[in-house]
Amino acid sequence: MKNKLLLMLVALFAAVLVLGACGTSDDEDTTGDDTPETETDGGSEEEPEDETEGIGDFSVAMVTDEGGVDDRSFNQSAWEGLQAFGAEHNVERGATGFDYAQSTDAADFLPNLNGLVQQDFNLIFGIGFLLEDAITEVAANFPDRQFGLVDSVAAGDNVASITFAEEQGSFLVGVAAALATETDQVGFIGGVTSDLIKRFETGFVAGVKAVNPDIDVRVEYAESFSDDQMGRSLANSMYSSGIDVIYHAAGAVGLGVFTEARNRIENDPEAGVWVIGVDRDQYDQGQQGDHNVTLTSMVKRVDVAVHEVANMALAGNFPGGEQVIFGLEEDAIGVADTNTEAFTDEIATAVEEWKQRILDGEIDVPQTDDELEAYLEAL
Amino acid sequence: MFSNRLFNIVVPIVSVLLGLIVGAIIMLFFGYNPIEGYLALWNGAFGNMYFFGETIRQTIPLILTGLAVAFAFRTGLFNIGAEGQVFVGWVSAVWVGISFDLPAIIHLPLAILVAAFAGALWGFIPGFLKATRGVHEVIVTIMLNYTALYSSNYLIRNVLSEGGDRTEPIAETASLRTAWLSETFGYSQVHWGFVVAILMAVLMWFLLEKTTYGYELRAVGFNEHAANYAGISVKKSIIVSMMISGAFAGIAGAMEGLGTFRYIYTHASFTNLGFDGIAVALLGANTALGSSLAALLFGSLKVGSLRMPPLSGVPSELVEIVIAVIIFFVASSYLIRWVTLRLKKGEK
Repeated sequence: MKNKLLLMLVALFAAVLVLGACGTSDDEDTTGDDTPETETDGGSEEEPEDETEGIGDFSVAMVTDEGGVDDRSFNQSAWEGLQAFGAEHNVERGATGFDYAQSTDAADFLPNLNGLVQQDFNLIFGIGFLLEDAITEVAANFPDRQFGLVDSVAAGDNVASITFAEEQGSFLVGVAAALATETDQVGFIGGVTSDLIKRFETGFVAGVKAVNPDIDVRVEYAESFSDDQMGRSLANSMYSSGIDVIYHAAGAVGLGVFTEARNRIENDPEAGVWVIGVDRDQYDQGQQGDHNVTLTSMVKRVDVAVHEVANMALAGNFPGGEQVIFGLEEDAIGVADTNTEAFTDEIATAVEEWKQRILDGEIDVPQTDDELEAYLEAL
Repeated sequence: MFSNRLFNIVVPIVSVLLGLIVGAIIMLFFGYNPIEGYLALWNGAFGNMYFFGETIRQTIPLILTGLAVAFAFRTGLFNIGAEGQVFVGWVSAVWVGISFDLPAIIHLPLAILVAAFAGALWGFIPGFLKATRGVHEVIVTIMLNYTALYSSNYLIRNVLSEGGDRTEPIAETASLRTAWLSETFGYSQVHWGFVVAILMAVLMWFLLEKTTYGYELRAVGFNEHAANYAGISVKKSIIVSMMISGAFAGIAGAMEGLGTFRYIYTHASFTNLGFDGIAVALLGANTALGSSLAALLFGSLKVGSLRMPPLSGVPSELVEIVIAVIIFFVASSYLIRWVTLRLKKGEK
């Protein structure tokens, strides 16, 4: 009997191994993107000698929102920022250098933050506005620690709120849209109506009108950040009405916009429709055969911001209780030029000129409807 | 001979062990240290009072959704809709929590009852359609999950708040949290919902195993026609079973609304509490005690996994693999059962 039971277990084990092999190919896919830079991860055993020459006992960590650390967007970018911080100061991933905790659910925010506090990290970032409540609560409980919140503003003398001058980047992609459009009609698709998305909208409209006040800008809101079907139908209606460039600031809704544009290109390679991506370079979203519908992207360099704030904290001038705005000046806002076919030298030069004018303070990019109105009247 | 009862205990335990072994193999394969990984997992779930509190917090709704699925299954129904029932329960509990001004002794039970009722109502729809029209409950409950998700988002934006993405917090009198309990567990999010969950587990056990009515409900699950022949109203039983099942899931939502969060926010996707409930019920062999233990296991795996990346460098997704493998083995227990029976026969 015993032998047979053993035999059964062996058979099961064989199944386990086969299964394990199946599991790995899947896993490779998810870890694949971040392993190139983090090859050192596996050997995360602390090397004490690093500690002394690097950053003393300073350590920094971050908590992702529900997207996780390999979301190819916000969270991943922040993690790359911390990795860059580690590389700059020659420290390893781990409790004495930099690290992350990943949330799969809103209920995980507090345990993740508290866990990192218990591990004695000096500076802890919450990535994304969803963590606002959690950061506020934990920061109040641990006044001697430093916290950073990305993309939202939280109260507390030990919290640095990191926001971005999205209107500047949106202005520049507006310039690009104005130069790329052939029908003199462009569109904007926003996620949920809010002050934040408003800044994308006003910046974009201002940029378009700065180049050519006669271009029509149609503005629509999906009232969602996740409904890609909604994005698709909005894009369909826009493209059908003659609009040929759409800028989206709508998270996953934008994926629907890309789908619609790609479909149109697939049916008619001469359709000439373009999408402008947001937050990161969305070039890979736009590929359809030999053609790419991504004109450019408004890139938010969360990594630059996180890296910079970590350095400030290390140097002893942590901007606690303040709102730090990252923009063109800090190189934390940029315009992607990956699609060289569509984003021509002419456009690139123009964008560069307008960027200089913003940097010189010549243009104050509007952030609200009222400011936009005043701006347009002054044109 | 392996009795059914023994088998029901052995299968989950073996599956869990195999799941952990597979997890270890995968960790080894990717160059992580499995001992460190599992140590981090253990410390993340039970390392100190704070994490123990979080583990309890995560276990509470899982027990209830597990009971919901298990109850339906015992009466011959597949409740895939626990997810949606969680949403309606959550919204209803928060609505009672913020709209009424009552003493705690009435407010809190009222909020839980309303959530249970909302969940029951959400269970009534598929039950009614199955009983009267023969529509399969799996289809209806899956569709109702989406209905619940988007309806609750709509209610949060337009009724419970003014265009915001979350409601205001519920009144203290409806809260399941108390300062004393939070303090004992290192200011974690733990709340008194575990008492509710345990009471509900006992209630389910008592109802199914110790009452005539519960026996009737189970009889319908065993064989509709026989039950009908025995004079049991099959239609009524189906509807009642779905409603009780929905009520358990609704209470799970109330636990989130009155304990963990004390508000509700707009969800971009499902909470997975309901879907995890299916796994919990499966692992718990559809019994009250089994589901409670399985919920504790999943709760500690989920909470413990949060500490894996910072403490051991192992990605927290590993736990998802472990859970998937456990489910895989439980689900293939039929195969194991068959093999054991064959071996037994050979012996004789």
